[in-house]
Amino acid sequence: MADQAVNPARTASSMRWLIVLKDIWARPSGAIGLSIVTFHILLAVLSPLITPYDYREIDAFNILSGPSAAHWFGTDDLGRDIFSRMMLGGREALIVTGIATPIAVLWGGFVGILFGLIGGRIDEFLMRIVDAFLSLPWILKMLVLIVTFGSGNAVLIPTLAFFYGIPVIRIARAATHDVVARDFVSAAKARGHPRFSIISRELLPNVMDTLMVEGAMRWSWMLLAFSSLSFLGFGVSPPTPDWGLMIKETRAYLTFAPWGALGPVILLSSLIIGINLTADGLAKALGIDRAQKAPV
Amino acid sequence: MNNSPLLQIDRISIGFRASTGQILPVLRDVSLQLSRGQSLGIVGESGSGKSTVVLAAMGFLKHGLQLISGSVSFDGNNMFELSGKELEKLRGGKIALIPQNSGQSLTPSLKIGTQLTEVLKLHTGLSNDQYMDRIIELLGLVRLPDPEAIAKRYPHELSGGQQQRAAIAMALAGDADVLLLDEPTTGLDVTTQAHILELLRDLSIERNMAMAYVSHDLGAIARVCDNVMVMYAGEAILEGSTRQVLTSPFHPYARGLLASIPKLNDPRLPVALDGRPPAPGLAGEGCAFVSRCAIASDRCHREHPEMQATPGGTLRCHHYKDSERISITGTGAQPARAQATDQMSLVLDSLSISYHIPSFFDSLFGAKQEIPNTVDDISVKVTKGETLGLVGESGSGKSTILKTVAGLLPLRSGSVKTGDGKELPPRVEHRESRQLQSIQLIFQNPDESLNPRHTVAQILGQPLGLYFGLRGKEGEARSIEILRRVRLGGHYMDRLPSQLSGGEKQRVAIARAFAANPELVLCDEITSALDVSVQAAVIDLLNELKKEHGTNFIFVSHDLAVVRALSDRVAVLYQGRLCEIGPSDQVYALPSHPYTEVLLGAVLEPDPDVAPKLLAEDVVELSPPARGCPFQRRCPRRLGSVCDNQEPPWQQSEDRHFIRCHIPIEELHGAQVEDAA
Repeated sequence: MADQAVNPARTASSMRWLIVLKDIWARPSGAIGLSIVTFHILLAVLSPLITPYDYREIDAFNILSGPSAAHWFGTDDLGRDIFSRMMLGGREALIVTGIATPIAVLWGGFVGILFGLIGGRIDEFLMRIVDAFLSLPWILKMLVLIVTFGSGNAVLIPTLAFFYGIPVIRIARAATHDVVARDFVSAAKARGHPRFSIISRELLPNVMDTLMVEGAMRWSWMLLAFSSLSFLGFGVSPPTPDWGLMIKETRAYLTFAPWGALGPVILLSSLIIGINLTADGLAKALGIDRAQKAPV
Repeated sequence: MNNSPLLQIDRISIGFRASTGQILPVLRDVSLQLSRGQSLGIVGESGSGKSTVVLAAMGFLKHGLQLISGSVSFDGNNMFELSGKELEKLRGGKIALIPQNSGQSLTPSLKIGTQLTEVLKLHTGLSNDQYMDRIIELLGLVRLPDPEAIAKRYPHELSGGQQQRAAIAMALAGDADVLLLDEPTTGLDVTTQAHILELLRDLSIERNMAMAYVSHDLGAIARVCDNVMVMYAGEAILEGSTRQVLTSPFHPYARGLLASIPKLNDPRLPVALDGRPPAPGLAGEGCAFVSRCAIASDRCHREHPEMQATPGGTLRCHHYKDSERISITGTGAQPARAQATDQMSLVLDSLSISYHIPSFFDSLFGAKQEIPNTVDDISVKVTKGETLGLVGESGSGKSTILKTVAGLLPLRSGSVKTGDGKELPPRVEHRESRQLQSIQLIFQNPDESLNPRHTVAQILGQPLGLYFGLRGKEGEARSIEILRRVRLGGHYMDRLPSQLSGGEKQRVAIARAFAANPELVLCDEITSALDVSVQAAVIDLLNELKKEHGTNFIFVSHDLAVVRALSDRVAVLYQGRLCEIGPSDQVYALPSHPYTEVLLGAVLEPDPDVAPKLLAEDVVELSPPARGCPFQRRCPRRLGSVCDNQEPPWQQSEDRHFIRCHIPIEELHGAQVEDAA
């Protein structure tokens, strides 16, 4: 039957994501980003099995030693192997942000779409509240909550998810406004489809792409926030290894033992750059980012 | 003055690098020459490379395109070898471009005068105190009323036609020798378009400029060009004088193109030119047109035709001597006409619509402002099986009426009734499933009206599931059947809109409407985003569907010839008010209302010997007058204060033909016959 030709677009939505993934991979920046992110995830999963030393192992006779064959990135002020701690240092951050990001995108996206659908004066009013909220520095807002409820993942995950969901409201609302104004939504309305069916079939698939890209961007910012909190002493508590925490711990010796901070900084920034490159590739693959070279 | 060409494009080929690494040509071996005082029209369907040619004439390539071979020389300069600085000096100065949408090409944050000053500074040796005089002179030259005032305005404060004139003034400011025009009147109203074209024609003669005019509209080309080059799939396939090309071309494609244009004075349907041009790189070894050509032979598949001089122009065709077998006047089908009946299908009863929402303070203090309705007092009865055409310029409220009938816009007063006399709830949410199913709406642009994330199967499945509960295998079988009815096969089921051509997308949109098995289909400018050859196919399809199903249509278009081809009756709207309504043959044969006369007079025929009659100024009115006749300000047959103060009465001309004018109908007819003589 020639009429039943198989088309990737129709078989399953999972197939679509495979195609998108391939598209990201086809772009140089996307391929680099995707490789970096994959490397970090593999590292986080496998590091407990492959670290050369136990991250708690203290060597009092070998503190703040420079890079050597035994300790590639030297040792810290307690004589612990920095290389081992570096490898493990992303786990906590990835777990916390890995859970908090989807929550942030889901609730922010839900509220944003809702606002966009309500529209009119109520929408305007609610958005001014969002604006007011966004105008406060994030670190202040977060510290208030953490100081009140204490640190630890049970507080950090909801806190990050809450604050990072708020900018998503803006994006989701704008995307909703764009889609709602298009003729295919009017067409569905004129046919008399119930509201729910219009939202789920016409609106969501078109807003979802924007939210996916937004989610990837949120993830990288959230990682930075998490590391900053650790650096300030509100994130991960010692002796658990964490990049932000490691940078803080070696800060005092930065002038004569800079290798302690160097490793974590490289890993953290590479992960963030990797996520950003992937998000970029995703935006291009989904056709959201249509930016072209300026014709000048 | 020497007669060597000012602009010379020599065997230019332009292409882009595909993801496979190959360079695919979008322009193949195109040559053209332009001398002072000449105007050349470049015609072709979308994707034929016509815009790429004019941009290349300025030494400009769109992003991703690269020059493969050939050269462009302008006034002795090789445009692709000049430095950025040298190009800057020429572009906008000696060689100027007028783009399609001037509203977008004028800087929105600068006044017209300021923008003109910039051009004068760059390209003329005038001193500071001479600028203003020159600006006023230029704006006067393009016939803008009150140049001093216009110079102080921002682009958004001008109408579309005025913006286009300002853009022309800007092109003239640098004393251009060559004017490149890229669809400069597309998107403008017929009357405005006719005025702009007359202006361009006069300017090119007065200033002895060379013009290259790109358009898909042969009517516009006929008005301004001496010579025409027809492009197809990136190649020039026919060159000749405008009269030759438009009246008796020897190339099969040009003949097909002419036959596909609906004509105002011919009620027959235009003939569709099936198929579509090959994509870049897929033109094959033979003639690019071979798959759509009625007289193609084996030789056409094998051997690429070269340009050759013939009595019918220079052209690329092996069999041009046989091309006369293809009719250009059209062998089109007779349009299906509805039987006269008393059975109603839709009744609009003094329908009024207003976009004005009283402001918070107005409603608070109960202040009553007299703001005329956007659409006022529309009473029309559509009988069963009939197609009603709604025509008028932009702002005439024709789309607004359709959206109100569909329940998407609230009405202010009056009512919409179905054939059985039941009133339709004004809002779509309150309508019953049966009422919803019987009225379907098709939009202008299928790119907008089809969800880009749905496959054709999903798109057609929506009405089937909603109205008939058809899902799964049953729904699929029915969808395929409907696809066949719109001349698409079942293999389209799995495609996304982005994988379809413009014409195919609109067919899918039509199929979606017909999947509901409607009694009334509302068509909102559904052919205006399509190429003429595709448009002809869609008109043909609608005519077939009308014959098969006896479906009612309300057909809105600014293209009067398209409306004529499809409509049993035509209603002419101005500023949301009805001017004239009657059987289309009568309305077109002897227009009665002065506005209809103006509209029909401005239509451009693809015939260099038929000049449009410009009866009224192309003033754009933003709101209808509060009292009297809506057309009072532009009417060429204005009587006097009676038109300003009293609503014109309805007069009956023939059996179902009514006009609304103060002038007695016999006098109107008499005056028109007199003018024609």
